[in-house]
Amino acid sequence: MAELATRTLPLAGAYGGSATVQLQAARPAERISLRARAEAVEALSVALGLSLPTAPKTSATAGGRTALWLGPDEWLVIDEGDGGLMQAAAAASGAVHSATDVSHRNTAILVSGPGAANALNAGCPLDLSLKAFPVGACARTLFGKIEVVLLRTGTDAFRLECWRSFSDYAFGLLAEAARDAEA
Amino acid sequence: MLLIHCPYCGENRSELEFRWAGEAHIARPDTISAISDEEFAEYFFMRDNTKGIAWERWRHIHGCGRFFNAIRDTVSDKFLLTYKAGLPRQPVPGAEAVAEPSVASVVEGGAA
Amino acid sequence: MSNFRIKGAGRLTPARTARFTFDGRIYTALEGDTVASALLANGVHLMGRSFKYHRPRGILTAGPEEPNALLDVSRDAARRQPNVRASVQDVFDGAIIRSQNRWPFLSFDIGAFNNLLSAFFPAGFYYKTFMWPREAWAKLYEPIIRRAAGLGVAPKEADPDHYANRFAHCDVLVAGAGAAGLAAALSAAKTGAEVILVDERAEVGGALLFDTATTIDGKPGYDWAQDVFQQLKAMPNVRVLTRTTVFGYYNHNFLGLVERVTDHLANPDPSLPRERLWQVRARKVVLATGAIERHMVFANNDRPGIMLASAARLYLNHYGVAVGSKVGVYTAHDSAYEAAIDLKRAGVDVVAIVDCRAKPGEAVVSAARSLGIEVLTGYSVIDTGGRLRISSMTVARNGSSNNRKIPVDALLMSGGWTPSVHLFSQSRGKLKFDAASERFLPDVHVQDCVSVGACNGTDDLNALLSEAAAAGGGEFSVSGEVAFAWTGGMIGAAEGAGKDKIVKAFVDFQHDVTAKDIRLAVREGMHSIEHIKRFTTNGMASDQGKLSNMHGLAIAAEMLGKEIPQVGLTTFRAPYTPVTYGTLIAHSRGDLFDPARKTPLHAELVKQGAEFEDVGNWKRAWYFPRRGEDMHAAVNRECRTAREVAGIFDASTLGKIEVVGPDAAKFLNLMYTNAWDNLKPGKCRYGIMTREDGFVYDDGVVGRLSEDRFHVTTTTGGAPRVLHHMEDYLQTEFPDLKVWLTSTTEQWAVIAVQGPKAREIIAPLVEGLDLSNEAFPHMSVAECTVMGVPARLFRVSFTGEIGFEVNVPADYGAAVWKAIWERGQALGACLYGTETMHVLRAEKGYIIVGQDTDGTVTPDDAGYGWAVSKKKTDFVGIRGLKRPDLMREGRKQLVGLLTTDPTEVLEEGGQIVENPNQVKPMTMLGHVTSAYWSENLGRSIAIGLVANGRARMGETLYVPMKDRTIAVEVTDMVFFDKEGGRIHG
Repeated sequence: MAELATRTLPLAGAYGGSATVQLQAARPAERISLRARAEAVEALSVALGLSLPTAPKTSATAGGRTALWLGPDEWLVIDEGDGGLMQAAAAASGAVHSATDVSHRNTAILVSGPGAANALNAGCPLDLSLKAFPVGACARTLFGKIEVVLLRTGTDAFRLECWRSFSDYAFGLLAEAARDAEA
Repeated sequence: MLLIHCPYCGENRSELEFRWAGEAHIARPDTISAISDEEFAEYFFMRDNTKGIAWERWRHIHGCGRFFNAIRDTVSDKFLLTYKAGLPRQPVPGAEAVAEPSVASVVEGGAA
Repeated sequence: MSNFRIKGAGRLTPARTARFTFDGRIYTALEGDTVASALLANGVHLMGRSFKYHRPRGILTAGPEEPNALLDVSRDAARRQPNVRASVQDVFDGAIIRSQNRWPFLSFDIGAFNNLLSAFFPAGFYYKTFMWPREAWAKLYEPIIRRAAGLGVAPKEADPDHYANRFAHCDVLVAGAGAAGLAAALSAAKTGAEVILVDERAEVGGALLFDTATTIDGKPGYDWAQDVFQQLKAMPNVRVLTRTTVFGYYNHNFLGLVERVTDHLANPDPSLPRERLWQVRARKVVLATGAIERHMVFANNDRPGIMLASAARLYLNHYGVAVGSKVGVYTAHDSAYEAAIDLKRAGVDVVAIVDCRAKPGEAVVSAARSLGIEVLTGYSVIDTGGRLRISSMTVARNGSSNNRKIPVDALLMSGGWTPSVHLFSQSRGKLKFDAASERFLPDVHVQDCVSVGACNGTDDLNALLSEAAAAGGGEFSVSGEVAFAWTGGMIGAAEGAGKDKIVKAFVDFQHDVTAKDIRLAVREGMHSIEHIKRFTTNGMASDQGKLSNMHGLAIAAEMLGKEIPQVGLTTFRAPYTPVTYGTLIAHSRGDLFDPARKTPLHAELVKQGAEFEDVGNWKRAWYFPRRGEDMHAAVNRECRTAREVAGIFDASTLGKIEVVGPDAAKFLNLMYTNAWDNLKPGKCRYGIMTREDGFVYDDGVVGRLSEDRFHVTTTTGGAPRVLHHMEDYLQTEFPDLKVWLTSTTEQWAVIAVQGPKAREIIAPLVEGLDLSNEAFPHMSVAECTVMGVPARLFRVSFTGEIGFEVNVPADYGAAVWKAIWERGQALGACLYGTETMHVLRAEKGYIIVGQDTDGTVTPDDAGYGWAVSKKKTDFVGIRGLKRPDLMREGRKQLVGLLTTDPTEVLEEGGQIVENPNQVKPMTMLGHVTSAYWSENLGRSIAIGLVANGRARMGETLYVPMKDRTIAVEVTDMVFFDKEGGRIHG
């Protein structure tokens, strides 16, 4: 038997932040891109153990899993626990859907601190006030020149998901923006 | 920079998240392989390129990813209405449209 | 050195000083001074030379409209900015300031010779003079004009500062923090609305900064403004941005703001951005942009020491600086009297107020006279004297030829006030001309905005305050009192600068445009104000109509014999004031200019010495030179080794789309020219995608993993657009299909192993799969385990050799690559890059979409007619392919090209002709699309598009080059292993 492959994480050793913004590469997580029509939502919710959100810009979290509404038939499901998302979704085989493993496609940066929203607004055109983007809100949007998925995990905390090859850019822009996040 | 109401996200988002996708309500003929050269030219090449009120397609490509339709005044850049893909060509909201479905109700009534 | 700072006047603290140099001399300023106020305090009026005539110029204004005092300001060698308006730039300790457009000195400038020759430089001079002879243009005229053109010298060093960007949203954005803006902002803030209040100056107050006679809420206006400022700053729903300019008002209440963060600081914190771009989306915009005072258009109205009355008042009341010791005033408006009164009260000798009106406001006249100031009504200043500074004004009763020369060292002027409708106009609002007050005022607001105060033509203070408070939407009212209600104003040329006069009465100081130039433009046939503007350059560049527009318009209207509204107004364009490139670029510099996409294997490729090439945003390994090898040698070795042993290649950038759902095959049938129903799970097929017009759009291998799951690959560059194209059809044309698309490009690291020993290399790493030819033949796909990791293995080839593409989850890519390379190295394999990949595929005649095809090539043109299903009743492109031109004989087809001289490598793009001796223009049959040296064949190879190419096999054609003509033979496209046996192992 061949030796086992080891993991090399994007953003290994990435470092940055400021007095008001902490930046941290998120731990590896399992992720699926889940696609289904309205009639399959219930069965998939049962299979995944959380209620797939059906309102735009919302997410749902249960048992270490978070499902982010990205479009009317699209969710990004993130599991930071034991995983098994592909298997869980497969259990809903009666409900027509598409589940695709994107665990390694995406990587995430955790942005937190009182300047977090300002740092993100250096490149993100969304209104990130708590009124317009409350805790739990999520959206696919832009950050500078790249596409990202943004999830607000706390009053001063966000998870920014981007494709792997864009993570250096995302981290670099966040690190620069963190220096100008006070005002 | 335009502010565009995405009928799927239910809110106004920056033009940066969108991509324009040409004239709306040009359906691909069901029997496309049988149509004449003239019909094909009409379908594929000819566009109105309206100055004024235009029905066009947009895609919320860096948002929910959905294609949708919009009525936009290409002179003033005002969006008069956006509505979901698959709905028939909507009337221009105007004075007589007050009694007609408003932006919100058309969006709600749309097919996914 | 004289000191014009008046004790007790102004608001600056005398103890806090800053030292700076101007043209090498050291001066002292007070903290809070602008460069203009600091120089004036030191008695310096001469600050620049005019653009065309190099006339000595001084400060004209105290605001962003300054056309004359454009200076070069630097902090150190690398931090230098030309064309900074002295009236806007704060002095900081250590500032190095230089005048521009002069040589050798500001006081003695050779270029001023132009002034003597000015009769030969009328408007349109350049257009008319440099017409002929044609040949002289490039060599003679253009270099001369280029040397003379432009003010200031752009810095050559890289800008060491950084700039920031911020997207922001608010309920109400208020542009301008004068009395109206402050009232509107406070009113809005009290409703709980999110408010952004913006003002370009360091302090809020607007006209209240100079107008010390007005009280609001029982307090001096300035104090009231600062109180409101403090109140607003304390509110969590309000952001007050000073030193910030709203430079552009775009669609749907989107505004561009530039905040000057460090330019006023002596030792800025290096972590601060120099400037910050704010991109604001506001629900509602309140325009409180005020008004700009006009100058008077009379002979020699441009000498240093001549300035706007309100500017002199600001220098006195805010900065404590007297602009002269013997001051004359020339006005058509009551406001200038208050400047005279303030100066007189401060102890400055005001020699006379010359008012061209017969009946000015009685109150101001008697107030001035009671202070002992001589007031001449119905008089005009018809000329001025002085060289580097005004020394006299010549005054005459209107219509009389008798005149009187009065010595002065400063002359204040006021032609009245022009509402600042720039932002309103940028918002596409419609203006209307108010004939009574001779000004353009906002009429129809087309966006959700409202104009209040002076920019709306609201002159009365209390009307202004209540209008502003109402615009804010809150329950808020405040009242105030002015010293004098102002009347008056004029536009156009003043006495002595009329049609019959040959004098230099400047309308646009920055461009040296005189009243005479505008009349000349009309006489030369320019009847549209847009043409007049371009012919004369009136109101162009940073002026954007701030000072010059109304005068220019009035003079043109008079010449044309039309009413002003019929002549029209030129467009006000963004930016309102110049914006640095640094701000517009903000973070997009250096590494952040554009994302550099690196594959999961990148670090390994670097270790192994790869040279990289950019493919879109990707960094791809190009070739792997060994010690002493150049690119050619490395590629030759890689090509040879790959065919003799094996080559290992990073194919991770390949676009990948997972197509999943019960209708997946049905959908692919529609998207590709091929048929997919009959592709069994575990098998792959090369697919061609055409657009509706029938031309090749993309290609790639598609593997079927199960009944309802396909692994689709696209070209590296095509990945995003192919997904967009597929989504378009799926969502809008075939929405009933139950299938979904997910980009998985970055999910997988892809390691291609190609060559006779490919199987031997990977076999020990693969579990759960029989790799034998029988069990896993060419064009197979399987899910298996590689080094303990779930993988997808493809048996595919882009080289014609037996080949595998190992797909492992991206994070495991580096480890698997290392293990494969370790095995490969032991067996004599090599790493190869994109260059070798290109050569190997060309040796087999495999096309690259986008290189060998260009959007006008059908599958059949490319020699891939077999990939177009004859049985399908529909696919995207089915009808396009039947268009007559796509079916006709003689179309350009891809063929192989072999040079007669085997060592000669063709140039890609070279044109192909039948008869090299034909007279030009020659009949071109096509062009070379790919050309390489093939080490494996020991000769050059090429692919080209040639008209009727496949019927020309064996023909000799020619590729004419600059210095020679290359003969080529037309062949089929497969140069290596024509039987194709190697691929099957």
